[in-house]
Amino acid sequence: MSDQPVHSLPDYNLKVVRQFAIMTVVWGIVGMLVGVLIAAQLAWPAMNFNSEYLHFGRLRPLHTNAVIFAFGGCALMGTSLYIVQRTCQAKLFLSGLASFVFWGWQLVIVLAAITLPMGLTTSKEYAELEWPIDILITLVWVAYGVVFFGTVAQRKTRHIYVANWFFSAFIIAVAILHVVNSLAVPVTLTKSYSVYAGTVDAMVQWWYGHNAVGFFLTAGFLGMMYYFVPKQAERPVYSYRLSVVHFWALISIYVWAGPHHLHYTTLPDWVQSLGMAMSLVLLAPSWGGMINGIMTLSGAWDKLRTDPILKFLVVSLSFYGMSTFEGPMMAIKSVNSLSHYTDWTIGHVHSGALGWVAMISIGAMYHIIPILYGRKQGEMYSEKLIDLHFWMATIGTVLYIASMWVNGLMQGLMWRAVNSDGTLTYSFVESVEASLPGYIVRFIGGGIFLTGMLVMAYNVWQTTRVPQQLAVETAA
Amino acid sequence: MDMTDFRGLATVLCALAFVAVVFWAYGPSRKRDFDDAAQLPFADEEKQADE
Repeated sequence: MSDQPVHSLPDYNLKVVRQFAIMTVVWGIVGMLVGVLIAAQLAWPAMNFNSEYLHFGRLRPLHTNAVIFAFGGCALMGTSLYIVQRTCQAKLFLSGLASFVFWGWQLVIVLAAITLPMGLTTSKEYAELEWPIDILITLVWVAYGVVFFGTVAQRKTRHIYVANWFFSAFIIAVAILHVVNSLAVPVTLTKSYSVYAGTVDAMVQWWYGHNAVGFFLTAGFLGMMYYFVPKQAERPVYSYRLSVVHFWALISIYVWAGPHHLHYTTLPDWVQSLGMAMSLVLLAPSWGGMINGIMTLSGAWDKLRTDPILKFLVVSLSFYGMSTFEGPMMAIKSVNSLSHYTDWTIGHVHSGALGWVAMISIGAMYHIIPILYGRKQGEMYSEKLIDLHFWMATIGTVLYIASMWVNGLMQGLMWRAVNSDGTLTYSFVESVEASLPGYIVRFIGGGIFLTGMLVMAYNVWQTTRVPQQLAVETAA
Repeated sequence: MDMTDFRGLATVLCALAFVAVVFWAYGPSRKRDFDDAAQLPFADEEKQADE
C-alpha cells in the first residue's frame, strides 16, 4: 500500500468529473443566490427593483432550474460518471461524447439563464424551457445515457453495483419524463403549445413533476448515497440485499404518486385516491433506503465525531427520512386540504432540496474533489471549514423549514377559518401580512446556507490551487 | 371482468411481484454474490494495491 498511494487511480477519465464537480459549486452558488434574492422579494417587494427581468415570476423558475438542473444535474452527472468508472473498473465509454455532455449541459443552463428572465416559458413547472432548448436537453441526455451505459457494458467486474442501478433508473426515467411532458406544437422559435389540454395536461405535468422528484432528486442522489456513504465510512453498505428490495420497490411505486399534486381538482377522484395511497406506500422503500444508509455506520458511529464529510452525508439521510415522512403525510387528502397552496409545501420541498439533495451533494464533492486533484479522499484544504460549512448548512436548513412550517400552518388555518355566519374570518391579504416574520426568517436561513456555499467555494479553490506534489507528500 | 376486478388484480400482482423480489434478494444462494457486490466500491483500490 505504501509504495502505491491510494490517490493514484487506474486510467479513468477524471477530466469530465472535475469539470462537473467545479460547476456544481459554481451553479450551486448562482442558483441559491437567486433563491435568496426572491426570498428577499417576498419579505421586501421593492427588491425586484421594478425591473421585469428581476420580477419574482421570472426569477422563481430560474432559481428552481438552476438549483435542480444546474447544481443538482452537474452533481449527478459528475458523480455518476465517477462512480460508474470506479465500480465497473472501466474507463469512460467515448470520452469525446462525455465532453459533449458537459458542454451541452452548460449550454442548456446558460440558455435557461437567458430565456427565463426574458419571460420565455412554457409555464410548466420544472419544465419551463421552450422547445428548442428541450430538444438540446434530449440530445445531451441521450449522449449521457450512451456514455453511462456504454461504460457499464465495458465493465471488468461481474456485478453492476447498486449505485449504478439507481443512476440507470434516473437516466432512463428522466429521458421518458422529459420527452413525454415536453411534447408540444411549435409556433415560433420561442413559443409552443403543449399537445395536452386541460386535466390531461395537468396530470401529465404532475406525473412528470413528481417523478422529477422521484427519479432526478431521489433515485440519482440515492446512487450517490450508496457509493459515498460506504466509501467515506470505509465499510460496505449495511445490507446489500435490502438495497435490492429498496431499488425495485422505490422505482415501481414512485411513478404512481403524481396525482397527489392535484387533490380536489378536476382529476377523477379515483386517480386522486390512487396517488394518495401510492404516496403512503412510498414511505416504506424511502425509509428502507434511509435506514440502510444510516446503519452503514453501525460499529463506526465514532467517525461522526471527527469526520465532517460523514456528518454531511448522515445528516442528509436524516433530512431525507424527515421529508419522506412528511411527503406521504401531506399526500393524505385531508392533510393536503390544509397544506396545499401554503408555504408548508415550500418548506417540505426545501427540507428535501437543502437537507437531502444539497447536503449529500456537498458531502460527495468534499469526498471527490481532493481525489480529482491528486489528494487522498476527503483531504480538502481545510477540514475546519468543512465543519463550519456543515453547521451553516444545517442551521440554514432548519431556519428555512421551521419558518415555512409556521407560515404554512398559519396560512392554511387562516384561509379556512369561518365565522359563525359562514363568512371568512380573514381576508387573503391578512394572511400575507401575518407571513412577513416567517419570510424574514426564511431569508436569513437561506442566506446562511448560501454563505456556507461561499465557504465551500473558498475551500475548493484552495484545494485545487495547492501543488499536487505537496498534497502527495502530506498524504504519505 | 369489470374495472374493479382489474384494479384488484393489479394490486395482487404488485404485491406478488414485491414478495418475489424479497425472496430473490434474501435467498441464501445469492448471499455470496451480494456480499461480493457490496465490496465493489473498494475493489479498484485493492486491485491497485495488489499490483
